[in-house]
Amino acid sequence: MEQIIAFFTEHYDKITIVILSIFLGVEIIGRVPSVLHTPLMSGANAIHGVVVIGAIIIMGQAEADNYLALILGFLAVVLGTLNVVGGFVVTDRMLEMFKKKKSANSK
Amino acid sequence: MNAILLLSYLIGSITFIVGLKMLSHPDSARKGNLVAAFGMTLAIIATIFLYGRDSGAPLHNYGWIFGGLAIGAVVGTLAAKRVKMTAMPEMVSLFNGMGGACAMLISIVEFNHLLHAGTENIGKGILLIIILGLIIGTVSFAGSIIAWGKLNGSIRDRRIPGGQMLNFILLAGIVVLAVLLLAGSGINPDVLFYATLALAALYGILFVMPIGGADMPVVISLLNSFTGVAAACGGFLYDNPVMLTGGILVGSAGTILTIMMCKAMNRSLKNVLIGALGGNKTASAGGSKEQGNYKEISINDSAVLMAYARKVFIIPGYGLAVAQAQHVCHELEKLLEEKGVEVKYGIHPVAGRMPGHMNVLLAEADVPYEKLLEMEEANQEFSTTNVVLILGANDVVNPAAKEDPSSPIYGMPILEVELAEHIIVNKRSMKPGYAGIENDLFFKPKTSMLFGDAKKVLQELVSELKNL
Repeated sequence: MEQIIAFFTEHYDKITIVILSIFLGVEIIGRVPSVLHTPLMSGANAIHGVVVIGAIIIMGQAEADNYLALILGFLAVVLGTLNVVGGFVVTDRMLEMFKKKKSANSK
Repeated sequence: MNAILLLSYLIGSITFIVGLKMLSHPDSARKGNLVAAFGMTLAIIATIFLYGRDSGAPLHNYGWIFGGLAIGAVVGTLAAKRVKMTAMPEMVSLFNGMGGACAMLISIVEFNHLLHAGTENIGKGILLIIILGLIIGTVSFAGSIIAWGKLNGSIRDRRIPGGQMLNFILLAGIVVLAVLLLAGSGINPDVLFYATLALAALYGILFVMPIGGADMPVVISLLNSFTGVAAACGGFLYDNPVMLTGGILVGSAGTILTIMMCKAMNRSLKNVLIGALGGNKTASAGGSKEQGNYKEISINDSAVLMAYARKVFIIPGYGLAVAQAQHVCHELEKLLEEKGVEVKYGIHPVAGRMPGHMNVLLAEADVPYEKLLEMEEANQEFSTTNVVLILGANDVVNPAAKEDPSSPIYGMPILEVELAEHIIVNKRSMKPGYAGIENDLFFKPKTSMLFGDAKKVLQELVSELKNL
């Protein structure tokens, strides 16, 4: 119990961010037309690629003889970057189609 | 932390919020994606150059970092650029799995780091976060890979007897191991940690395995929000605000999106996740019903029927997507229009493999936006339509959804094509669609079947129309 309280007081700011972000996430999505479900999911998919920052920090802090951290960290950077870059590019490709649709519409 | 670094993180968090907001409106969606991408780039670059180590010195191992970034960026761009529009869903699933794996690896490294530093002087809270990141990241990774395999057809639907019970036991096992690890039992923490990892991976596999292909978008969306939470665990660990906000935003927005997708299919999330078993039982019961006969129609007759119609509705489905027939479909539409036929498309919200899939495909073939009608609009027009051409769609036009309360898809809104004068159904065979149930529509007197691959059939229709 003591540890829980200590954890709570120590990380109070982060816990607040978490709670507020949960509500924000729910509000932001609001009413999305079903046409946009897939691109939105794909865009959100790219955003959680932010986890790559953790991988970069691991790599950047790893000592030269810590092979486990170096190898796993390197792998994590590659995978995380795949998630970020691939995610944003795929989403852009999907939405590019919608753009075309718009220009055809205004013709 | 460095003030510029913190400012970059703040900007990153804001772009994620604004980006997601813009992504949920058709007009601003593309810009929203770019806004989020910009924020992400800024946050990553700032981390590389401005993040201070515990000792205060800047990060090192730049060679490794840039090497990893370059490999990931090149492979990611190529994969994303080359993937066919029809394979989009599995691509998203694969990228999601990469994110999950990244979170999993971070947890492994941090756990070892903790273990070497001695578990005594580290709060249990941090250990809890590491374990959470490990479990959620691993489940998301394993589940996404299975979802990817199932969507591209390399993994078949397989139901393990007592699967639900097994999943429950696995979940309980994961909790027990995690508690033992946290409570500091006498057992070697390494063993406990990797056993947790193994169980989480197994759980991810078994959790996705029995779920049918039609429900896969919902599962991917759910796993997507899992990865978000796993990323947020990393944010907690490194006291990193941008990881925290980005991860949690995706976690909560993703959960809402998952629920909305379920609603579009008129199913509950629970139904999707554990209903895989029940659905098939009902289907076999329904399959024994007397079906009657269906009639076939030739290419020639179909072409004539459509050429002399006033209004033709095209209902695209997954069959059109796998056959890559969107371009020739547009050609058919143009030919008919030249002959003075009014052509429109009726798009069911979940036609294809993912919500919005059909809109993206047809837009790729330059089909004008105003020709794509959503379900509600289309349903108002079928009664004045002469011919409905169904291209590889099945469940979304199945009248059982309205008429048969015992049907697994009962209650799902459908395209009410039977209101039209004639219905031509193009399918490869009489095999049922993804929900695994028969479709009474095919046996109605005004329905004619036109068997064959959607692309081939459409090409033949096009050449037939040119000769008329």
